[in-house]
Amino acid sequence: MNEMINVALPKGRLGDKAYEILERSGYPCPAMKEDNRKLTFENPEIGVRYFLVKPSDVAVYVERGAADIGIAGKDILLEYRPDVYELLDLKMGRCRMCVAGPKDFRDDPAQTLRVATKFPNIARAYYSGLSREIELIHLNGSIELAPLVGLSDVIVDIVETGKTLYENGLAPLAEIVDISARLIANKASFKFKGDALRALCRQMERTMNL
Amino acid sequence: MHNLRADERISIELREMYQHCGYLPYKVNQFEEYDLYMRNKRFLTSENVLAFSDMDGKLMALKPDVTLSIVKNTKDSADTTKVSYAERVYRVPRGGKCFKEIMQTGLEVIGRVDAYTMGEVLTLAARSLAAISDRCALDVADLGIVSGILAEENLSDDLSAQILERISDKNLHGLKALCEKWNLSDRTVRRLCSLVTVYGPFEATLPIYEQMDLPPVCDQALCDLRAVLEMTRACGVKNINLDFSVVNDMNYYNGLIFSGFVDGVPESVLSGGRYDSLMRRMGRSSQAMGFAVYLDQLDRLLDRRPETDVDVLITYTDGTPMEAILAAAQKARAGGESVRVQRAGETAVRSRRTLAL
Repeated sequence: MNEMINVALPKGRLGDKAYEILERSGYPCPAMKEDNRKLTFENPEIGVRYFLVKPSDVAVYVERGAADIGIAGKDILLEYRPDVYELLDLKMGRCRMCVAGPKDFRDDPAQTLRVATKFPNIARAYYSGLSREIELIHLNGSIELAPLVGLSDVIVDIVETGKTLYENGLAPLAEIVDISARLIANKASFKFKGDALRALCRQMERTMNL
Repeated sequence: MHNLRADERISIELREMYQHCGYLPYKVNQFEEYDLYMRNKRFLTSENVLAFSDMDGKLMALKPDVTLSIVKNTKDSADTTKVSYAERVYRVPRGGKCFKEIMQTGLEVIGRVDAYTMGEVLTLAARSLAAISDRCALDVADLGIVSGILAEENLSDDLSAQILERISDKNLHGLKALCEKWNLSDRTVRRLCSLVTVYGPFEATLPIYEQMDLPPVCDQALCDLRAVLEMTRACGVKNINLDFSVVNDMNYYNGLIFSGFVDGVPESVLSGGRYDSLMRRMGRSSQAMGFAVYLDQLDRLLDRRPETDVDVLITYTDGTPMEAILAAAQKARAGGESVRVQRAGETAVRSRRTLAL
């Protein structure tokens, strides 16, 4: 039986790039290139269905089996720890998870460090590894503002070029981990659609010369 | 049994299967001392436990797990205990944000776990999955092979746990990067990578591991796997894969370990293995093995919504004599039909036929 492979792609640049690789790997879906507001796109001949979802939700779709595979950033995998297989490092969408703060910041170990972040679990794990007491401030955006207005001492956030940081008088202070896009798979789907998913994985590997 | 929910129906079927094989029914207390779970929180699927103060001020918990209670209540003895259970447990499902009551069925062997016993437990695990769905898969591995490979390097517990996590995620790139960072020997890296890349049907995959260049300390694990393979084959059990992505915390588990999936449920519905290490942590010298089947996910898979709620809907008005309603209802029920009686004009339930009085 030729079953559909359901693929969750992140909306935006990373998703566009991931689709382009999947297309070149033999999983095209012309409807993806139409200019409309559809969220699902199918190519029944190839047996593939794409969903476009918010990048931070890709892992949820895959973990809960709504999608068999997906493309998710390592930041999301580290933060939410979904129970999925991490099959490939696609080596794109590269950036770093960093601690950043005022350029001249000096940590005072006698004080609790105030850390603002969108990634509380990553920040907690990092500082717990250093046995450093912190106060976590969970924000949803414009993290760089927090140290500028005295909401926090430092931030834990994704740094691509560092331009936003430098323009606001901030600088990366420590690198926590390298981030890039990963191909993830639902564990149960991997048992029951294993051949199809392994074939897709191999094709992507070949296309990208990984 | 057709009126039972899927989880109840499967639970009864599985309990009968286990008792048929001599696993005596076991009932555990609904509440346990909170401390039991705090001392062994990494053994639990989720570290969150529903706690409350008992009348004497003692901190208690609604049990999130059954194995720890059974182990706690079993003394070391020359005899082997074989028990089965069906219990409601309370925990936060993986990725969930609130507590849930979960129906869990399973069995435990405590005492001497020999090759026959391991084969019997694994066979029952595979048959439990087959009772749920024809499309099922049981992934099996042996932690003795992983610990044997890791023993050749002097690794911290933390690094071993990170390696296990990458094997469990089938994360080959992450495993290689980690090994490179910590400068593990080429031979160890090659062996660990094989644990990620070599998986598949039990019968075809075990010979590959038997031919592999593994440390001699892994021989016992290979023997155990061979023994359970022979037994499952003799019992006609299929759908078993050798797959090291089921590896789990080595502080609690050792030896054979396994995880079961059914098509249509996104996460594992069965997990189990040898847990002699947990026994040591709880001051027992016995060997132990068991598994649990989580039935909470099965409703979606198995419950086909019936097209009707009842067979017969009887409606009445203010003028309908009570005797007439009663007689009509009794007549239909006597014929084996389910009957709903309600006032005319109310929102009707779905029925095969309606009788307006």
